[in-house]
Amino acid sequence: MNKRYTISVFTENFIGILSRITLIFTRRGINIDGFTASESREEGIYRITIVVHTTEEQIIQLSKQIEKIIDVIKAFYYLDDEMVFQEIALYKIPIDNIDSGLERVIRQHNARIISAEKDFVVVEMTGHKEETQELLEVLKEFNVLEFVRSGRVAVAKPMETIDKYL
Amino acid sequence: MKDSQIRGAEIVIKSLVAENARYIFGYPGGAIMPVYDALYDYMDHIQHILTRHEQGAIHAAQGYARVSGQVGVCMATSGPGATNLITGMADALIDSTPLVCITGQVASHLLGTDAFQETDVVGISMPATKWNIQVRKVEEIAPAIAKGFHIARSGRPGPVLIDITKDAQTAMGEFNYVPCLNIRSYRPYPKLDDKAIDRAARLINQAKKPYVLFGQGVVLGKAEKALEEFLDKSGIPAACTLLGTGAISESHPNFVGKLGMHGNYGPNLLTNQCDVLIAVGMRFDDRVTGDVKRYAKQAKVIHLELDPGEINKNVKCEVAVLGDCRISLEKLTGKVDQRTHPDWIKAFRELEAEEKRVVVGNDLSPTKVGLTMGEVVRHINEFKSDDAILVTDVGQHQMVAWRYFEYKTSRTQVTSGGLGTMGFALPAALGAQLHDYNRQVICVVGDGGIQMTFQELGTIMQTKAPVKVVLLNNNFLGMVRQWQQLFFDKRYSFTELDNPDFIKIAEAYNFRVQRVDVRGDLRQAVAEMFVHEGPYFLEVVVEKEDNVFPMIAAGSSVEEVRLS
Ligand SMILES: Cc1ncc(C[n+]2csc(CCOP(=O)(O)OP(=O)(O)O)c2C)c(N)n1
Ligand SMILES: [Mg+2]
Repeated sequence: MNKRYTISVFTENFIGILSRITLIFTRRGINIDGFTASESREEGIYRITIVVHTTEEQIIQLSKQIEKIIDVIKAFYYLDDEMVFQEIALYKIPIDNIDSGLERVIRQHNARIISAEKDFVVVEMTGHKEETQELLEVLKEFNVLEFVRSGRVAVAKPMETIDKYL
Repeated sequence: MKDSQIRGAEIVIKSLVAENARYIFGYPGGAIMPVYDALYDYMDHIQHILTRHEQGAIHAAQGYARVSGQVGVCMATSGPGATNLITGMADALIDSTPLVCITGQVASHLLGTDAFQETDVVGISMPATKWNIQVRKVEEIAPAIAKGFHIARSGRPGPVLIDITKDAQTAMGEFNYVPCLNIRSYRPYPKLDDKAIDRAARLINQAKKPYVLFGQGVVLGKAEKALEEFLDKSGIPAACTLLGTGAISESHPNFVGKLGMHGNYGPNLLTNQCDVLIAVGMRFDDRVTGDVKRYAKQAKVIHLELDPGEINKNVKCEVAVLGDCRISLEKLTGKVDQRTHPDWIKAFRELEAEEKRVVVGNDLSPTKVGLTMGEVVRHINEFKSDDAILVTDVGQHQMVAWRYFEYKTSRTQVTSGGLGTMGFALPAALGAQLHDYNRQVICVVGDGGIQMTFQELGTIMQTKAPVKVVLLNNNFLGMVRQWQQLFFDKRYSFTELDNPDFIKIAEAYNFRVQRVDVRGDLRQAVAEMFVHEGPYFLEVVVEKEDNVFPMIAAGSSVEEVRLS
């Protein structure tokens, strides 16, 4: 059965490693639904968060193949309920459409305006994909000029840290 | 600039010398020229073998690595030189062969500009290497090479590529070689779990029909003796994969034969009758399992394996014994009961007798007019020494030679298994021979495959390596023709060859030559070949449309192995 999994990959050296990781997915014809990368708590160690829809069997194999990459320190995989995660979404809305209705929608969704320019405002919302998607649907009536959603950032609930693998 | 500084190119060579590399198989060109210039001063320390094509260089390095157990080294220039190495890298990766490949690259200021002979070889080779790196600074050369050797030879071995820009080769730097022993993100040897050993031993001790399948992991892990001791004590019958062949002598009483599409009848068939399957250093390739959904479903599987990625990849196991199989086997031997399995082994012997009656007899001692590949191998067995190395190409001759060659010791079987690379044999045989000029190296090759790397006859000529080339000429891309006959209504679409006069070509390369097309001349010709001290080229014209059996057709189950 397909489920949504998040793989957390801790790596050394960044150059080339993204290609090596994505090759593992493309070779098996698996779509990557979300991808983010940043430095981790440990200086020089990067943390890559990948979201995929797949089976448990497949996610185990994928994680093992990722761990085989020389510069990968460790790959963990989790189901959604084993993680605390967020995504950030930005919505660009033309200035002419701003009214109290828009403000109410923004408040209701715990979103906020982070930038007001001459011709448009930028609304920001942090949340799960379903939530940012819902806001997008609502905002469509105000004419969303641009929309972008980040990949997932996530921390695991299990109290395991990367230190013990170093 | 300090006096102690040397050019990056010289650092490359000194690093290879520091790693005790004996040979560099290579081919020069613009972007690697500084290294070749440095090499000129080091000819007493390291031998360079100039092949006639970069593919030849890398296959030769593979052949050398496979028989010596050492890391093979090859070198090429940027662009086309580098891309010509790719097939060999893919081959070495899937067959776990340790290689360090060094390529020149355009100067770093030209990277990304489509400069002359610029190819993104790091990008292209990514899925074909265990690890690769581009080096653009002189001070990074030695550490990259040290890391490369460590990665290539440790854990599950594999090829690495080090791409060095021309400016890094010409820049000056200090040489201070520090071997790489540890990389914190890389754990080549997983820790053995003693509980897994206990569980495996319990399963084995309770088993009525246990069965061992061993692969190249036994050779790579130097576990040949450990396997033999395990088999001696446990009394369990054992069969080998293509690349595991020779890890134990075929005359061992527990050895029952070979697995796979053209392996032996009993070993394939009885896979679906054992109750405990003990897989040692093998990866359940589809050529071994046939239809995996109908593979050993009745059996509890114990998998002794170094690479965690192989566990449960193709076949689910009951007990995974992760770790170096030499240690696992030694521990298991301590825990299994001393037993014999006479009835169970008899089941193998009975099927072996049937295979002999239906297949082997006709292959080895044919009564028809045309010569068979099998009888050529029979005569090779008659005259070869026990430690002779057999290098084969890919096709029918490969399967026949593998089936009938009498393997006595480890590292005597060299072939392209996982990738099935035609053209592998001739250069690989050269590499194997260079490891030891005094060993017999027999290169069995088809009329199709030899033409893929024919040019390496020139390298053999130049090195005077006394390779014995046995060309089994059926005038066909025989293996493909067999499939066309069996599965495509004999529609022989582009498999028949108009061949050149091979003898004339080999003669032009200074080989002693002989062509045989009647049975009466065969034995004498093989005998002469072995007596001759230099390179020898024996062409045997064999039956055009013979087939290799037994066979498990693609998609069939191991129990559907057919004898005809
Ligand atoms: C590089 C490459 N191309 C194509 C194939 C597919 N292939 C497998 S066996 C074979 C025929 C080999 O013919 P030959 O070398 O004459 O050997 P034979 O089977 O006749 O003994 C071919 C074309 C391959 N394995 N490798
Ligand atoms: Mg042929």
